[in-house]
Amino acid sequence: MVISFSTRIKQALADPQLRSNFRGAMDFLRNKRKLAFSDENEWEALKKQGAAIRQDAIQRLPELLTQLEQQCLNNGIQVHWAEDGQEANHIMLGIAQQNQARLVIKGKSMATEEIELNDFLAQHNIECIESDMGEYIVQLDNEKPSHIIMPAIHKNTAQITELFESKLGISTPEGDVDALIGVGRSILRKKFEQADIGISGVNFAIADTGTLCLVENEGNGRLSTTAPPVHIALMGIEKVIPNIKALPTLQKLLTRSATGQHITSYLNLISSPRKPNELDGPKEVHLILLDNGRAKISQDQQLQSTLSCIRCGACMNHCPVYTRIGGHAYGSTYPGPIGQILTPQLKGLEQEGELLDACSLNGACGEACPVEIDLPELIRTLRQRRQTADHKRWSLEAFVWFIWLQIHKHPHLYLLVTRFAASFRALKLKTPANWTKTRTMPKPAKLSLHQQMQKLSKSKNGGVK
Amino acid sequence: MDSLPKKQVYLFGTCLIDMFYPQAGLDAVALLELSGYEAVYPQAQTCCGQPPYNSGFKSPAVKIAKQTIDLFSTQDIPLIVPSASCAGMIKHHYPTLFQPQSLEAKQAKQLAQRTFELIDFIADKLPYNQQPLRQPIKVALHESCSALREMNVASTWRHVLNKLDNVEVTYPENKQECCGFGGTFSIKSDAVSAVMTQDKCKNLINTTAKQILSGDSGCLMNIGEHLKFEGKKDPCLHLASFLVEQFGLSHGH
Repeated sequence: MVISFSTRIKQALADPQLRSNFRGAMDFLRNKRKLAFSDENEWEALKKQGAAIRQDAIQRLPELLTQLEQQCLNNGIQVHWAEDGQEANHIMLGIAQQNQARLVIKGKSMATEEIELNDFLAQHNIECIESDMGEYIVQLDNEKPSHIIMPAIHKNTAQITELFESKLGISTPEGDVDALIGVGRSILRKKFEQADIGISGVNFAIADTGTLCLVENEGNGRLSTTAPPVHIALMGIEKVIPNIKALPTLQKLLTRSATGQHITSYLNLISSPRKPNELDGPKEVHLILLDNGRAKISQDQQLQSTLSCIRCGACMNHCPVYTRIGGHAYGSTYPGPIGQILTPQLKGLEQEGELLDACSLNGACGEACPVEIDLPELIRTLRQRRQTADHKRWSLEAFVWFIWLQIHKHPHLYLLVTRFAASFRALKLKTPANWTKTRTMPKPAKLSLHQQMQKLSKSKNGGVK
Repeated sequence: MDSLPKKQVYLFGTCLIDMFYPQAGLDAVALLELSGYEAVYPQAQTCCGQPPYNSGFKSPAVKIAKQTIDLFSTQDIPLIVPSASCAGMIKHHYPTLFQPQSLEAKQAKQLAQRTFELIDFIADKLPYNQQPLRQPIKVALHESCSALREMNVASTWRHVLNKLDNVEVTYPENKQECCGFGGTFSIKSDAVSAVMTQDKCKNLINTTAKQILSGDSGCLMNIGEHLKFEGKKDPCLHLASFLVEQFGLSHGH
């Protein structure tokens, strides 16, 4: 049964544990980011540079992708193009079958969430284990990530302790985060050794050198991409950047915005499979370039800045709606403001347009975005597209705005209506119901400002004469 | 002894103030006068068009914008708006509503250039040294999202309040977070809007301030009507009205 977005919101709001987990985590992350960008001038300058790099890359997407492909091939990285998730999954499966793979270990990747890779591989009897600690926790509980950077942010330590005890049969001392991580690490360590294939995402792909960058803190990304004999990287086509000079700016913006770190513990630059004289590294490296709707977005002048996103999560960390309902309520791979604009574009306005309602256009996301994506404006634009694309669904609201227009474009009618409202001000109106669930109805004034200003000007003019 | 003729400015009262909070509009007129301006209030003004615009209904918004631009283009004088949100609509969104290079876009840009949020416009013109002695008062300032992030006037609001004698300014926890209004958001996403409003009200009440001030009537309506719903008294006051009191201008509150 499909539960509607508004019902999912209500369920999330009714969960006090979830509410306090998110409030605490978002306040923490907002503060960390603020400290990392304490120099206002540096922030402005970096942001401007970052935005320019991303915009330029999106403008030159076909050219940069061709260059990336050529350089990767030169480096010995095999390149595959996938038009949609299904094609990407089948490419993965083909590589897995060629290598008789039974076990896959995966570093954190939202693109693999987008194409629902784990489920697909499971259907073909290939086990896919998440190696990022947050992803591992989420997978253990048969859940999806609730945040693009911190997948298990909806759970607190006590909940994870309980989960490990029930699913793994291992108890750890109450509140001991290190012990929990120790448990996960010892289990995953064996998996890294056993895995036939390592799968990762890509944070940035450098076109002119054919280099894949992976930003991470746990070392699981490095292990996933080096320990197994085969490494497959999946990237959305928008992740390409022209050259390595662009990397420091974007890396600074990404890690500071995401976790408040000036640099992460690991910054992996992958340029080739194991070379003949090298002792380790995978013998095969594959890069899958995933379109899944992105090329179309890149052609749309109004919406293409959606693709500038570097997936730092700052927009959701600063969103007052996300802070209260958490990531799962959105029901989409990408939650929060970026999810609200990306999901309807990837999956269609008709199916996902409802996501656009859950935004007060307060602008906090746009202010926090490190690559200057005007998220509120994109939400407005998509609301317009939804409205014009889907007449039937919106007929009631369209009618309301039609009436509204008639009143407001005829000043005399407008005066009449406000006077009429004032005459009935004593009535306790019960509509609109959604407003009065938690608020009283505002009462029209006895005399409107129009009326009082008219009186004022009459008495003034009279006085002068 | 009004010997010097005052410079004229347009006042756009906004539809919320017009219908629900006319006192804030009258107080805006008084403050403008105190700052050396005479407010011109065209009776044909209605709404800025923001409600349908933000809801995805651009066409009615464009029609109303066109009408508003025409109305306030008769004279080439500043347009003063006692609401950061409506000022933001005129200043930042009107110029984007029309075909670039069109006559309408040009007119919209011209209007945008002379559009100002009220407090921002008079901040450096108020006679601070002539403020009468008043009882000390503790107020909580709600910096609206539009004031903070669209019009960039929240710092001016702070600055003006800080210059007043005997006024202690406090801020709620998570002061930069939305109050939950967001126009039709409060109806369409009522459940999450309600929770945001409750949080904002709780944080404002926790400041123990006697009055809650803001320069956006939408936020004040949302906060005030929620507090009334909870059986509390409504301590909300538009910044214009508070300043009128502080400068000892008479009016009946």
